[in-house]
Amino acid sequence: MSDQMNVKLPQKRAETPPPKTSVGVIGWLKENLFSSWLNAILTLIIAIIVYFILKSALTWVFISAEWAVIANELRFLLVGRYPEEQVWRIWTLLLFFHALLGLSWGFGKGVMNSIAFTIGGLLFVSMLLPFIELSSRLWIIANLVTLLSFFYIGHKFPKVKKITYIGWFLSFPFVIFFINGLGILPNVSTNLWGGFMLNILLAVVAILCSFPLGILLALGRRSDLPVIKYFCIIYIEVIRGIPLITVLFMAKFMLPLFTGGIEVDEVVGAMVALTMFSAAYMAENVRGGLQSLPRGQFEASQALGLNSTYMMIFIILPQALKAVIPAIVGQYIAIFKDTTLVLIIGLLDILEIGLSVIAKPEYIGLDMEVLVFGAVVFFIFCYLMAHVSRRLEKSLSVGNR
Amino acid sequence: MLDEKNLQKPLEEREDIIVVKDLNKWYGKLHVLKDVDVNVKQGEVVVILGPSGSGKSTFIRTINALEEFQKGEIIVDEINLSHDVSNIDAIRKETGMVFQQFNLFPHMTILKNITLAPIWVRKWKREKAEKVAMELLERVGIPEQAHKYPGQLSGGQQQRVAIARALAMQPRIMLFDEPTSALDPEMIKEVLDVMKTLAKSGMTMLVVTHEMNFAREVADRIILFDEGEIIEQGTPEELFDNPKHERTKLFLSQIL
Repeated sequence: MSDQMNVKLPQKRAETPPPKTSVGVIGWLKENLFSSWLNAILTLIIAIIVYFILKSALTWVFISAEWAVIANELRFLLVGRYPEEQVWRIWTLLLFFHALLGLSWGFGKGVMNSIAFTIGGLLFVSMLLPFIELSSRLWIIANLVTLLSFFYIGHKFPKVKKITYIGWFLSFPFVIFFINGLGILPNVSTNLWGGFMLNILLAVVAILCSFPLGILLALGRRSDLPVIKYFCIIYIEVIRGIPLITVLFMAKFMLPLFTGGIEVDEVVGAMVALTMFSAAYMAENVRGGLQSLPRGQFEASQALGLNSTYMMIFIILPQALKAVIPAIVGQYIAIFKDTTLVLIIGLLDILEIGLSVIAKPEYIGLDMEVLVFGAVVFFIFCYLMAHVSRRLEKSLSVGNR
Repeated sequence: MLDEKNLQKPLEEREDIIVVKDLNKWYGKLHVLKDVDVNVKQGEVVVILGPSGSGKSTFIRTINALEEFQKGEIIVDEINLSHDVSNIDAIRKETGMVFQQFNLFPHMTILKNITLAPIWVRKWKREKAEKVAMELLERVGIPEQAHKYPGQLSGGQQQRVAIARALAMQPRIMLFDEPTSALDPEMIKEVLDVMKTLAKSGMTMLVVTHEMNFAREVADRIILFDEGEIIEQGTPEELFDNPKHERTKLFLSQIL
């Protein structure tokens, strides 16, 4: 004890200021960019390269590019050959969509918040675009107002929850019939559907349908019944083994063979093909999630007497799907971009329409403008999906260590 | 059906609730359970000891059909497991199980973990299931954790929740598969205390464990497994103080 008492505590050290060079902007620069001769040289070289890239890119965007082509052909790029006097139907559908989104935003939290914010932001930005027609601008404002006012309704009356879910559930057939004509409105056949609207429609169908289909395939692959098991394995491996273009061709030329010669609508064929293709990849993602679960989760559910349906619904799938959200969303982004491949079977999606715009004599030499526009549109939507997936992961990770 | 009156009688006169006859199990060519015969009386606490790899965990996992067996007969609460696969569900309703790794459902709150099976398997109303769950949490001493997630609890607390979850199905038999082996030393006692209370309340228990003090204090009977066989069985006094078999002596000398 006394030994310890005798130990002298070190005298308080004189406080020295931190080395000057490591603080402040100059310090940061020195530490991170110019810490040695080699780094300094690399920094300079990269700075020069970045300068030239930025300079030429910005010059092109703001000075030499002729964006008039986009302004003139905007409707064509977005909805294809959909008759001009019927375009109000698409705007109305957007109103319907924004009403549902607003309601969900009103009573929901977290994920819905960021989705609604992003989409509202998109509407706001497109409202300010200089080159759109007055009628479009009014429609966009109407959409923005709908979004906000339904947010208010959803926020004030949480009872609308049920109605909203029914609305989402019914929205899909409603959209298809409304675009097509319902038999009440003038019929717009699918060969007039096109532009970015077609890409969105195809992607939404493929994503929504391949989700349950993929889960069933993944569960089937683990089944004890050999017939189901081998059917699922063969389906997954065959689909994954052939390119999407082949699947699309088969949907166009071989589907009629199976339907007994009845003509299959090309858009429907493309929807089926994309769904089948996406489902095979989805199944493998889900299987990965199922395998990541410890055996104890299965055993604990069984020991409690849960049957296999309850076990899957309550215990296994929620955890398995959560574990593979990044993979699933990655695959959805891929299938969304793959919708541009439908031009190969003659559908007029945004890429095909863009190419036909470029081919017009009055727009010769404006390839870049059209293609960059397409890229930006796709980027916005893919980034939105990635963003939502990150938020979803965060909000589902409650209670994790 | 076995009734409550049974519990009033002394242990020897009670009815058997578990009957295991001539049980054999192979993993491929490996013979992991050899001619195991065990009868367990209602309300009896049986502790199963044995070196690792002796088949003791496999044995209690065959009782609620988490493991298959190839030969023999298992009758739990007059339900015959060997005759009909659909009996598996009936037996699992009657037996609760507690695992070494707790195996709570990490994506659900404690309360949801406990109420899930009563609501969906026993078809209870939510209010009833939650009331029972809260009573059980009270019994295992952690009612204040009901709305947390398993990941926010200590190991000892998680294992107590796992016991409550198994009890919520109101089983007649509880199986414990090394319930304290994954716990830090300072948490073992809180789990053993819950198990002791449960044993005193008249629950039929089969416990695989390495806790010798628990075995000595609580067990009505101890069964010693080695290499898939029952080597010796008897009361704690008989087995600990007066072991007959060489392998029992060897095992006890290694752990005591």
